[in-house]
This record gives sequence, C-alpha cells and structure tokens, in this order.
Amino acid sequence: METLVGIVAAATALIGAIAAVTHRNAVVGVLFLVLNLVSLAVFYVLLSAPFIAALQVILYAGAIMVLFLFIIMLLDLRREEERESGLLQKVLSVIGGGVFFLLLWGAATGGAAPAAAELPEHFGSVESIAVALFTTYLIPFETISVLLLVAMVGAVLLTRKGGR
Amino acid sequence: MITVLRFLWLIPLAPFAGAAIAGFSGRWIGRRGVGIIACGSVALSFVLSVVGVAALSGDLASLDALPGLAINLEARRVTLEVAEWISVGGPDGLVVSWSLMLDPLSAVLILVITGVGFLIHLYSVGYMAEEDRGYARYFAFLNLFTGMMLLLVLGASLPVLFVGWEGVGLCSYLLIGFYYTETWCADAGRKAFIVNRIGDAGFLLGALTLWLASGSLDLEPILDGVAASGPLREVALAGSLLLFTGAVGKSAQIPLSVWLPDAMAGPTPVSALIHAATMVTAGVYLVVRMGAVFVAAPLALAVVAGIGAATALYAATIACAQTDIKKVLAYSTISQLGYMFLGVGVGAFAAAIFHLITHAFFKAVLFLGAGSVIHALHGEQDMGRMGGLRDRMLITWVCMLAGGLALAGIVPFAGFWSKDAILWGALSGGHTFLWILGLAGAGLTAFYVFRLLFMIFHGKPRDEDLVRNAHESPYIMSGPLLVLGVLSLIGGIVGLPAIIYGGDWLGRWLDPVLAHAPAAAHEGVHSAGAEIGAMVLSLVIAGAGFMVALMAYVLRHVWAERLPRKLEPLSGWARAKYYVDEFYQRAILGPYLQLCHIFRQFDERAVDGLVNAVWRTADGVGHFARYLQTGFVRNYALFLLIGAALILYLVLP
Amino acid sequence: MSLVWMLTLSTALFTVGVLGVLLRRNAIVILMAVEIMLNAANLALIAFSRHLGSADGQILAFFVMTVAAAEAAVGLAIVLAIFRLRKSVNVDSLNRMKW
Repeated sequence: METLVGIVAAATALIGAIAAVTHRNAVVGVLFLVLNLVSLAVFYVLLSAPFIAALQVILYAGAIMVLFLFIIMLLDLRREEERESGLLQKVLSVIGGGVFFLLLWGAATGGAAPAAAELPEHFGSVESIAVALFTTYLIPFETISVLLLVAMVGAVLLTRKGGR
Repeated sequence: MITVLRFLWLIPLAPFAGAAIAGFSGRWIGRRGVGIIACGSVALSFVLSVVGVAALSGDLASLDALPGLAINLEARRVTLEVAEWISVGGPDGLVVSWSLMLDPLSAVLILVITGVGFLIHLYSVGYMAEEDRGYARYFAFLNLFTGMMLLLVLGASLPVLFVGWEGVGLCSYLLIGFYYTETWCADAGRKAFIVNRIGDAGFLLGALTLWLASGSLDLEPILDGVAASGPLREVALAGSLLLFTGAVGKSAQIPLSVWLPDAMAGPTPVSALIHAATMVTAGVYLVVRMGAVFVAAPLALAVVAGIGAATALYAATIACAQTDIKKVLAYSTISQLGYMFLGVGVGAFAAAIFHLITHAFFKAVLFLGAGSVIHALHGEQDMGRMGGLRDRMLITWVCMLAGGLALAGIVPFAGFWSKDAILWGALSGGHTFLWILGLAGAGLTAFYVFRLLFMIFHGKPRDEDLVRNAHESPYIMSGPLLVLGVLSLIGGIVGLPAIIYGGDWLGRWLDPVLAHAPAAAHEGVHSAGAEIGAMVLSLVIAGAGFMVALMAYVLRHVWAERLPRKLEPLSGWARAKYYVDEFYQRAILGPYLQLCHIFRQFDERAVDGLVNAVWRTADGVGHFARYLQTGFVRNYALFLLIGAALILYLVLP
Repeated sequence: MSLVWMLTLSTALFTVGVLGVLLRRNAIVILMAVEIMLNAANLALIAFSRHLGSADGQILAFFVMTVAAAEAAVGLAIVLAIFRLRKSVNVDSLNRMKW
C-alpha cells in the first residue's frame, strides 16, 4: 500500500514539477506546482514527518503559491510572449543539467549508506519538533524570525509606489 | 672680563636671532624696524667680538677654573662646548658637540666679519631703500649669512665648521638669486650652488679621511696629532688635497672659478660682503686653519701655491678685458684670492691672513663704491657708458681711489703691505717662478684697477643722458664707504714688516696658531736688501700698470689705444673669459646631458615599458574576459551550474 | 521505499528546477523553479532524517521553508518593481549590467 502511494506520489511530483516549469501559461504552471508540493507532502507523511507535511500544505501550497498567483494576476502575464532561448544556452543547459543530474545522483546513491536507524517514539510529532525548536535550535529560530521581518520590510519597500 | 668667553656663543647667535626676527616678523616691525634689528644684531656681535678678543689677549691662565671651557695656553686656544650634537657608538664612539673655538686666527676673522659686515649692513639700508617687497627677506638672509660665517670660523670641529660652510653657501645662493623673478639671476644662484657642491663633496671626504685616521672630528686632536708620525700623517696628503678641493670651490679658484662672476647677479652689497670680503675667503681660512695637515704634506702645499698663482694671473688677465664694473671686481676678487692661496702655499700663512684682512677692506670699499655708482646710475653697470663721474660723486671717487690704490699695491695703502708680504714669502721661500707670476699679476692688477677708475670717474661722460642726473649717495651709504676707505689706507698698520720698523703685530698675534708653519726663508734669498728691493720692484711694476692705464684711458695715447689689437688673440680670449664656461658646457655638461638622455631613454623604454607591459597584459586579458559578462542572468546561472558540476566532479570520489 | 529512491526523486526534481531556471525567461517561472529546487532539497533532508532517525533534518526543512517564504516575498517584490519599470518580466530585458 505504502509503496503504491509512494510511486503515485513520486509520479505526480515529477509531472507537476516538469509541467510547472514548461507550461506557457504561468497560472497553469502555478497550479501544477501546487500539485507537486502536495505530492511531496504525501511523501513527508510517509517519511514520518507529519508536522512538516502539514506546514507544506498550509504554508507552501496555501500561502506562498497564493502569493505567486496573486502577482501573476496583478501583472496580467498570461499574454506574455515567451521567445525561444538562445540555441547555445539551450544546448549547454540541457547538457549541463544532464551531467549535473548524473553527478548528483551518483553522489547520492554511490556510497554505502548507513543502516536505517530505529525510530524513536513520537518521531516527527509536533511536540518533539517544538521541543527541538525552542531548545537546541532557539537561536537559529529567533534569527530566522528576524530574517522574515527583514524580508517583509524589504518587500514593502521594494513595492512602494513612487519616491524612494 | 675673562668670563666673557663663556658667552662666546652669543657672537653667532645675535645675527641668527636678527635673521629670525627680520625674517619672520618683518611684515609687522616695518622697514625701519628691520634695518635696526639687522644692523643692531651685527653691531652687538661686533662689540661682543671685540670684548672676546680683548679677553683672549689677556691672561688666560685664570680661565682654568671655569667649567665647560678648555684652554690650550700654548696655542692660545679657548674651546667652549655649548651643547652635545651627535653621540653614537657609546663612550668610544663618535661624539660631536656644538663647540666653539676662539684662538688668534678666528679672533681676527670674527673682527673682520662683524666689523666689515656691520658697515655693509649699514650701507645696505641705503642701497636697498627702493626695494619694497624683498626688504625684510634681504636683511634676514644677510643676517643669517653673518651668523653662518661666524659659525664657520668659530667652529671647533669639522662638522660644526661644515654647518657654517654649507650655511654660507646657502645664503650665497639665496642672495645671488635675490631677484629671483629674473631667470638669469636664479640661474646664477643655482650655478654657484652646484659648483660649490663639487667642492663641498671634497670637503666632506677630506673630513671623513681625517676622521678615519684620527678617530675624532674635532680640530684640536687632528691639528695636534698630525705633527707626530702616525696614521694621521699618512693620510695628510689625501686629506689636505680633499679639503683643498672644498676651498677651491668656495674661493673660486681654478678650475671651479666659474661661479663667482655670475654671482654678481645679486645686489651689490651682497657681492661686497659675501663674494669679496668674507665667504669666498673661507677657503683661505680653511687651509690656514688646517695648516698643520697641509704642512705635513709638502706636495699639497705646492698644489695650493701653484693653483693660487695660476688663478691670480689668469683672473687678472680677464679682469683687464671686462667692461661690466662688477665683473671686473669679481675677477679681481678671484685673482686676489689666488694671491692668498699663493701665500698659504709658500708657507706664509700670516701673510695670507694679512692679505685676507686688507682685501676685505679695500675690496669691500670698491664693491660698495661700485654699488654707489650703480645706484646713482639707476642700475647701469657698463663702464663703457660711464665717465666723468668724479665731480658728481666726490666721496665715492675718493673712497674708491683709496681702495683702488690699495688693490694696486701702491705704498702706503693696506694692499701694498699684504701683497708684498705674500710675494716676499714666495721669493724668500725659494719659489722664484711663482714670485714672477705674482709680480706679473700685480702689474695687471694695477692696470685693470686704474682702468676701472678712469673709465668710471675720469674723462668725458660717454653717455651724457645717463650721467647727467647722477648724484652722490646718501650718508648712510657714503659713511661706511668713508670708514672702509680709511681702513684701506691705514689697514696695513697691523702687519707692517719689521724691515721698515713696523711691529708686524699680526704675525706675532698669529704666532701661537701658526707654530707649525715652515720656518720662513730656509732657502732662497733672505736679506734686508733683497726685501727692500723686492718691494721697490713690485712698486715699479704696479706703477707700470698705472702708466699703461693712464695712457690708454686718460691721455688716449695712440700706442696704448692700439694695444688690445696688438695683443690679439690674447685680448680676445680674455674678453671671452678664455671660453671656460663654453669649455665646461661642451666637455662636461654636454656628455653629462647625453648620459642623462640615455638614462632617460632607459627609464622611458625599459622601466616604463615593463610597467606598461603589466597593465597592457591585464587590459588585454580583461578585454576578452569582459565578454563573459553578458548581462543575461541566465548565462550567469549556467556558469554557476557548470562550476557546481565541476566542483562535484572534483570533490566526489 | 528505500533512501536511494527518495534521493533519486530529489535529484530529478532538483534538475528540473535547474533547467527551469536556465531555460525560461519569465521571472515568475524562474522563481517557481527555485521553489522546486528548494523542495527537492527538503525532500532529501526529510528522507535522511527518517533514515537516520534524527529530527534535525526536519528542523532544517522547517527553516528552509521559512527562508523560501522570505525569498518568494522579496523575489516577487523585485519582479513587481521590475514590471513597473519595464512593463515586462522577461529577465533577458535586464541586461544593462555588462561590460
């Protein structure tokens, strides 16, 4: 059962990703990206990370993708003419991408992986994540909140109309 | 009275202070203030010098009790250590202090410097009255010069002496180029400085040579040590010749005489003070001061005498052919300095110093008189346009006549006694050839000095418009002229030879310093009759020179008028100053400039080329590399990917 | 469902993102491709976390998501500013910064 769900999720994730970057209509592309994100959320559940899966759906697929959609609608980009890339760029990109994939894949799968460890109790539960976040990772957590604040200020500043 | 010697340092300090005040606050104290400060400081220095010399002539034995003073009773030498200057290498190392030395020799010199210097300062107040911008600058430099000159003659060690030596050179440069807005004046200053530099290099090397041999830069150990055999005696020849190089440069002797005629670009009182009375005689002072070293190397003395005699004659011939009033006097100065070196070279140190003193008097009066004439004629210096000034400028005429008679060596003027003492020194020392050269120079001297006087003061004015408005100078200028004129007349008293029942005071006064001088008249003629005879002979020759000048420029005798043409090409050469400048230009400056050109080419091609090659390489590489900067962000991303792939490939096993 | 398969999927997704960045001119699509790459990395992190039995990978994935949110906000703001300036979101029209 799990294997079947996994295969389907993997397939939809891949299809979603490819369609997201290739579709000429950005709105459709965003919807495919949502498909990809949700499929990954399924994987997270399968990989004993229910909290991250929930965040993936709520935060990523919900908030961020809505932001993308909102911008696309705002700019009315559907009629944007997409000219072809330069041939050299195209060829080199495909070759580079292929080589890169092979190298990365070789690196990820080539070595002898350590044996799978036994999962502790409540692994991936909200509680255990929260404990880790507010003890071990307290300082990075606070730092990342500052990053969000800065990003927010930056975004407001960048999109302000008129004046500097 | 004796304790006044502890304040020896005040003598050079007074003019230095005057220079500082006049130089830095001349704007606020006004012209009158500058004049008072400048003259006052030198006058103060003169008074102090008189008191100091009086103390020196007193009983020195009681001085031993005073701290900081070292006494050498035998040499009548008082050394005062004012402050430490250089101290390196521990107790056995090099120690140089600011120490001053007063002995009979420097005593004579400081009296001349401050005495004549004061008169010239006074004269300058009148002479420079029309100068508006450089007034304070002029007096600051003049005071600075006086201080440096005093430091030179009072310095008790070679470095201190050298500070004064360079200081007077600097002031000379500054004052020659006083009218620096005129290019040729600034050039003359530079020429003087550069030519002097050649000599100064010799001075430094000589001082270092003596230091290497004696381990001390103080004069006393060197002068005392060279008498005994030892390392110092072995380097005496090299040391003395190197020091003499410095003297040659400073005193404008062959072959470094070219700067002095150009130095006339400065104001005339400067020529009188620096380029006649004091600075140029520093070379003579140096050789006399280091006399013991020269005596230890007879060859060096012979070189000094030879160069002196040659210069005396050479410069005298040029002076006969010049028409610029100051050029005549400049060549005359070179010639007279040659006489002094001749005196030193034949061992007649006292006679050389005697001539130095009288020369300071009569050449100062000649220069100041010339300045008075130039002043009256609004800057005209060409004798060819003068004439008939006697009635209009009586005081100047009388004073210049006194100076001229002294220079020509007419009895009983000061110059006669001193020049004769030198010539007698040469004859009695057995240097007959040098004596003949000196006699010939004396004849020429008489000729050119009377030529000068006749062309300026006698006959009809050759340029009526120029001479018509000439008038006597104000008293502040004629006063010093009169004083120096009287001194030119009676100055010989200090050194009247015993043969005519004189006291030879100067000779006896200098005896403690010149104890090392070779015993006079060890060979050659030395009898009372010979001495009188030599005097008469030199008088006759001077008279002959006078007669020729009289015939040529007053009586306008046909024979004398034709004389220059008969003496071609000699007279042409003399008029052209023997083409020495041109020779240096071609023989030294030309090749030097060629060398400079080659080095410049090397610098521009090789050194600059290397540097340029570096930037050209960087520029070329950048020229092609910049095309990587396409401006397309996706290209950059591609490069990033390729880079990442490469890193993965290299890092992963 | 072994680790190897997870990593293969992650690598594949990452490469898709890379190609999206390299081949598309639409700035918004490029940002979407970047999101795909971030998610590929997240997948690898969580797979390792599961395999090693350590929660650290999940925490890291959490941080990555936060950074992704910040990146999307700022990136889209820049796109908006560019659009106002150029009336276009074609990144090839932004090629002034060159030699």
